[in-house]
Amino acid sequence: MSQAVRFLTRRRGGDGWHWTDVFTWFWLIAGLIVMFGPAVWLGLSSFKTPAQLSEFPPTLLPYITQQVEVEGYDEPLDLYNTTLEDGSTKLLAQVRRIGTTAQMVDPENPGEIIRVNIRNRTPAREIGFATENYLEPFERLDFMRYLWNSVFVTVMATIITLLTNSMAAFALSKYQFKGRALVMLLILATLMVPLSVILVPLYSVISAFGLINSLWGVILPTVATPTGVFLLRQYMLTIPDELLDAARMDKASEWQIYWRIVLPLTAPALAVLAIFSVVWRWNDFLWPLIVLSRQELYTLQVGLFSFSGELNVQWHYILAMTVVTMIPVVIVFVFLQKFITTGIAGAGLK
Amino acid sequence: MGRITLEGITKEFGAVKVLHGIDLDVAEGELVVFVGPSGCGKSTLLRLISGLDKPTSGTITIDGTDVTRVNAADRGLAMVFQSYALYPHMSVWQNMAFGLQNEHLPKAEIAERIEEAGRMLEIANLMDRRPGQLSGGQRQRVAIGRSIVREPTAFLLDEPLSNLDAELRVSMRAELAALHARLGKTMIYVTHDQIEAMTLASRIVVLRAGKIEQVDTPLNLFNKPNNRFVAGFIGAPTMNLLPGKVASAANGNATIHFVGDAHVTIPVTRSFNQGDEVTVGLRPQHMRLTDASDETAVHSTVDLIEALGTETVVHAHTPSGETLLAVLPGQAALSRGEPIALGYDTSDLHAFDSSEAAVAARA
Repeated sequence: MSQAVRFLTRRRGGDGWHWTDVFTWFWLIAGLIVMFGPAVWLGLSSFKTPAQLSEFPPTLLPYITQQVEVEGYDEPLDLYNTTLEDGSTKLLAQVRRIGTTAQMVDPENPGEIIRVNIRNRTPAREIGFATENYLEPFERLDFMRYLWNSVFVTVMATIITLLTNSMAAFALSKYQFKGRALVMLLILATLMVPLSVILVPLYSVISAFGLINSLWGVILPTVATPTGVFLLRQYMLTIPDELLDAARMDKASEWQIYWRIVLPLTAPALAVLAIFSVVWRWNDFLWPLIVLSRQELYTLQVGLFSFSGELNVQWHYILAMTVVTMIPVVIVFVFLQKFITTGIAGAGLK
Repeated sequence: MGRITLEGITKEFGAVKVLHGIDLDVAEGELVVFVGPSGCGKSTLLRLISGLDKPTSGTITIDGTDVTRVNAADRGLAMVFQSYALYPHMSVWQNMAFGLQNEHLPKAEIAERIEEAGRMLEIANLMDRRPGQLSGGQRQRVAIGRSIVREPTAFLLDEPLSNLDAELRVSMRAELAALHARLGKTMIYVTHDQIEAMTLASRIVVLRAGKIEQVDTPLNLFNKPNNRFVAGFIGAPTMNLLPGKVASAANGNATIHFVGDAHVTIPVTRSFNQGDEVTVGLRPQHMRLTDASDETAVHSTVDLIEALGTETVVHAHTPSGETLLAVLPGQAALSRGEPIALGYDTSDLHAFDSSEAAVAARA
């Protein structure tokens, strides 16, 4: 522990501060704020109540107004620090507000109504978490269903992506045939065609197959990725052909060569593609939004979108559910980042 | 089992012709070595025999069956690759079992064969390791083991020792020779190392530029090279090849003048005219110091002396500028710049005509 501290606080200037020390610290802290700040802001805001979200100036931490049960009132009442006419402050519960006047009641003396100008009272708050932001979408809004749809789409799309892309990469890297370079070029050329361009024709194709309002309609158009084919092909090129020859001498069929020799040796590149695919499919928004119009088929991203209505945006739900949707991606990155760096370095692409 | 016959094999890669009509008959149980300089087509020829590549024309026959168009897997051959080509993600045991599993052999037999090969090659204690955890020599053994368990009709070995260090290469060479003697199976072995070829082979096939130059036993190649290329390729250090001219020829004998004033009369196998150009070949080991008066002797000046104790390697140059190498027995007392006369037995002299064919008649 002390070693770690010594390492972290080590300075180029020794006991003093060299200008590079100052610059490094400034740079790193600024970077931390820029990169991590929004995530922290999102996390903290997701626990705020709708009222607090629209408050100005905004607070960093989530607060909730204290409430109290008062005799004679069915609902719990909000507590306010109230400045009375005689200048003393007292903790009073608000019964109702009419214009600029609030009708307050002393919880210890519930019979008497005190009228106070709203400028003379401030809400009594404590740090608290509006956990209902998280619970209500799951309880009332079928968010579990969206989660399951997202998981299904992501897992199936990733499995099929890995399978088809690795087969294409195997053929393009290990077999000599006429037009191989052309096929590779065509595949790479599709990188230049953005989704928005092929949106309409793609929709007609999916519609002709009867896959509108089906999760397979979301999965199938996305599984063939040029990036994946390219990444896997570059990796497979590094597998020596002698291994394949050895397997052929060992009576292995071409399928066995692919399945038992090439695929296991491509594992690092497959891991990278799996991570990419999971992130892509999980974050997909536009295509699922187009294909899926029935609420029970929504993926998380589309479900999130349904919180922004025409007149009213339910920010508290959006924020909370954004946190939920981020969690799997973050977990994937935390556990597989080793593969990402080695795989990307190995494949030589970004 | 294990007789391999090649007839008129050619191979083209696009416009490049790498093999020009190879005819070869490998007898059962023979260890045939393909040797030749880089790019001579020896590895290509081995791949054609293995079935990994198909010849452009010609036929390959194994035990009387035409296998020219048969796939590699169905020829009953096993191959050891230069890079060993062990499957990196499988243990030694799995590497050896892979081919047998593909043949759907019963599990008990697979285990038995691997155990036996493990004992034979002393790799039984490495069965759970991955190839990455093995030394070069151990990988080599596993690669050989993987081919042995297949119980093939013939083994094909593609420069199997070229990745090993010099010391290991010598011991593995001896083990391979012992293995061949024990298994008694046909082996075809590709190398560019002529020492390997000389020590292992029953017969050596010398290849150059896609053609067979000579096929013979190692000693016959050394003693009776068919042509200038084989003479220069086999033997270390390489044969001294010196330009000469026929001074006179009659009754199956020719008198050759070379490097200035040396002249020698030898029986020849073809007729010559006066003035025909020939190349005289003399192995460094056949040279000895002699008197300046010896008219067959080659006169030269010493450039460098390598005293190795048991023998002395003399680098010299002739008055006409050819470099000359002589391996003299024992420790010769010579110094740099000293003029010497190098003699030889006339029967050790090789001669090649302008088409590079050997012309000296030999017993």
